[in-house]
Amino acid sequence: MAYDYEKYIRPGKLPHIWCPGCGHGIVMKGLIRAMGTLNLKKEETALVSGIGCASRLPGYIDCCTLHTAHGRAVPFATGIKMARPEMNVILVGGDGDGTAIGGNHFIHACRRNIDMTYIIMNNYIYGMTGGQFSPCTPTGDKASTTPYGNPDPGFDLAKLAIGAGATFVARGTAFHANQIDKLIVEAIQHKGFSVVEILDDCPTTYGRRNKYKSVIEMMNRLKEIAVPVKAAEKMTAEQLKGKVLTGVLYKEEIKPEYTAEYAKVIERAKAAK
Amino acid sequence: MEKKMPRIEIIEKYCKGCRICVEFCPKDVLEMKGFYASVKNIEACISCMQCELRCPDFAIKVITE
Amino acid sequence: MSKKVAFIQGNEAGAYGALYAGCTFFGGYPITPSTEVAEVMSVELPKIGGKFIQMEDEIGAMAAVLGASLAGAKALTATSGPGLSLKQELIGYGCIAEIPCVIFNVMRGGPSTGMPTGPSQSDVMCAKWGTHGDHPAICLVPASVQETFEEVIRAFNLSEKYRTPVMIMPDEIIAHMRERVVFPEPGEIEVVPRKSPTVPAEQYKPYDISFGDVPPLASFGSGYKFHVTGLNKMQDGFPTTKADIVQAEEERQVRKVNANVDDIVTFEEYLLDDAEVAVVAYGSTSRSARYAVNIAREQGIKAGMFRIKTFWPFPDKQIKALAGKVKGIVIPEMNLGMCSLELERCAQGQVPVLGIFRVDGEPINPDQILEKIKEVK
Ligand SMILES: Cc1ncc(C[n+]2csc(CCOP(=O)(O)OP(=O)(O)O)c2C)c(N)n1
Ligand code: SF4
Ligand code: SF4
Ligand code: SF4
Ligand SMILES: [Mg+2]
Repeated sequence: MAYDYEKYIRPGKLPHIWCPGCGHGIVMKGLIRAMGTLNLKKEETALVSGIGCASRLPGYIDCCTLHTAHGRAVPFATGIKMARPEMNVILVGGDGDGTAIGGNHFIHACRRNIDMTYIIMNNYIYGMTGGQFSPCTPTGDKASTTPYGNPDPGFDLAKLAIGAGATFVARGTAFHANQIDKLIVEAIQHKGFSVVEILDDCPTTYGRRNKYKSVIEMMNRLKEIAVPVKAAEKMTAEQLKGKVLTGVLYKEEIKPEYTAEYAKVIERAKAAK
Repeated sequence: MEKKMPRIEIIEKYCKGCRICVEFCPKDVLEMKGFYASVKNIEACISCMQCELRCPDFAIKVITE
Repeated sequence: MSKKVAFIQGNEAGAYGALYAGCTFFGGYPITPSTEVAEVMSVELPKIGGKFIQMEDEIGAMAAVLGASLAGAKALTATSGPGLSLKQELIGYGCIAEIPCVIFNVMRGGPSTGMPTGPSQSDVMCAKWGTHGDHPAICLVPASVQETFEEVIRAFNLSEKYRTPVMIMPDEIIAHMRERVVFPEPGEIEVVPRKSPTVPAEQYKPYDISFGDVPPLASFGSGYKFHVTGLNKMQDGFPTTKADIVQAEEERQVRKVNANVDDIVTFEEYLLDDAEVAVVAYGSTSRSARYAVNIAREQGIKAGMFRIKTFWPFPDKQIKALAGKVKGIVIPEMNLGMCSLELERCAQGQVPVLGIFRVDGEPINPDQILEKIKEVK
């Protein structure tokens, strides 16, 4: 049966602003299905973003939504979660927002392991401002500010999150739409800081400057590079060259969650009073 | 029991003509008609839902009973 | 019952004032000379079930404060010059999204790292003009430890009443000086609660001007759902570029403060009735000024002091009237002439404005002020 997305879409807000074929819409649908699966209460769910095309997502979703400043979704959300630990806090945003201007906040939220889910739509580019390179743009690629090819090496966002101490890290792609909601559901259920990177496409500012002349070529690329973690186990290093792993990449349940730890601080402070 | 034929609804006011649904349908059910996606061959549809899942614009619905 | 009395620093008084005002969240990043505020909050907040978080930088701290406030907490951050510079983008966010909070900024020498332990009054312009775009600004400048305690409460009250970030800016001398503070009993000083919505959740709009220039603010997690953005917004909180709405909303945001200057602006007039020379001063500098005025009086000079307690909005009306009464205005300040510019603007050329500007990390002493008083002819 066709999925009823209306349940979590704000009335009258569609069509959205994203370009034809932009993967952000596919991710938004995945998020809505995940919210539906978990039956998240709108009044008890905060959806927080920064600035960028991806960060326009919360405006469409019917819950407590906060469109903050560029790179600052994580600390705004941290304030909300600390003040109301009982709320579900979900963050969405782009690769530039999350790993460049917001990179410091990102690694510290990973370190704290505060119970929130961060969905990063990695389209390898600053889409909103017209296609400047981001910390996730592959070396050699063209962006409006790397006309001779990008000299910067890019981040592996998932490794960054794991290294910084996030306790749930998953990766999917906009092509593998069916998997997006499942990864998000698992991430939200996880108690701790969870990161879901969705490899995404920006046909307008990235694809056309590089070798992907259409949305379809960009989608095909996502299809080709993705290898599920399970399948990768049986592949050789040679076979894995140029591929990216998808699925749940990392999960641990030993590290304490931050708001729970702070609850203990409160107990200790009250005992010492 | 014979499976009922799905119905595919394309909401033109949302469709941005990106072709994703058309290109990745495993059974070649859809086509572009002018700017919009449209159904060419509903008989072949296996209700895999991929077109609906991948449409970035909430513009296609696969309605099964 | 006798009241609780303590001999404490301005920074500590600031923290206790915040707690009196009902603050339950602190987000900060350590910086001299404001750190004691964070330290006291880290001790006291968890005792009452409040939350303290040391963020990764001042931008993060400002963001956390705004997030916590949206979730219903009265929230405080403390910082100093360089941190205030970092917070500016999000202070603007608080202004446009209309999120109450208090910024306790201890003024130290600048620009940049400047003189971390030296006193200064050079952040007063940053308090109004630091963030880009037209926006309301409220900034209080206490001159004693007791006043720091009381003015932090007023800062919280104003932030809730006008739904906007409010700054309180003691200079380093006030922040680190120890004085006797008499703590008021609960209820003795008014504490203004947040104006919550009265309409059912489905009808709630976060910028509903049918409730006046300051619409009620619901909290995330309290049964209401709504959208907040830093873009120009409509009454329902969603972005707009419609010219008439943007114009009206921007004007309302600024009008909240500008139409209420008489409610917000506070000052002290000392020996001004017959004064021929007015010393205008604020913060620790006003203590030297008071001393200088007393000596001038002993020497037969009719001097008085106008002490600015609310720097923004600036006491335009009062200064204009003052300039019409005296022969000259003397302004001692620990910067190169910030308040002085405002005084000249308000005095409109009626009388000369003589400045004593010090940025060497030393306080302005009464002798210097007395000398200037004598220059007024
Ligand atoms: C402080 C600040 N600096 C720069 C910008 C300009 N800016 C807006 S969005 C953006 C990049 C967004 O890229 P990303 O987060 O990857 O999102 P996308 O648009 O690709 O979805 C930039 C640089 C801004 N809005 N604020
Ligand atoms: S510019 Fe790129 S990221 Fe932005 S909406 Fe268009 S396709 Fe999407
Ligand atoms: S449901 Fe599957 S088979 Fe049917 S049109 Fe969509 S993609 Fe094609
Ligand atoms: S995927 Fe959606 S928007 Fe794109 S052509 Fe098909 S129906 Fe239209
Ligand atoms: Mg991007």
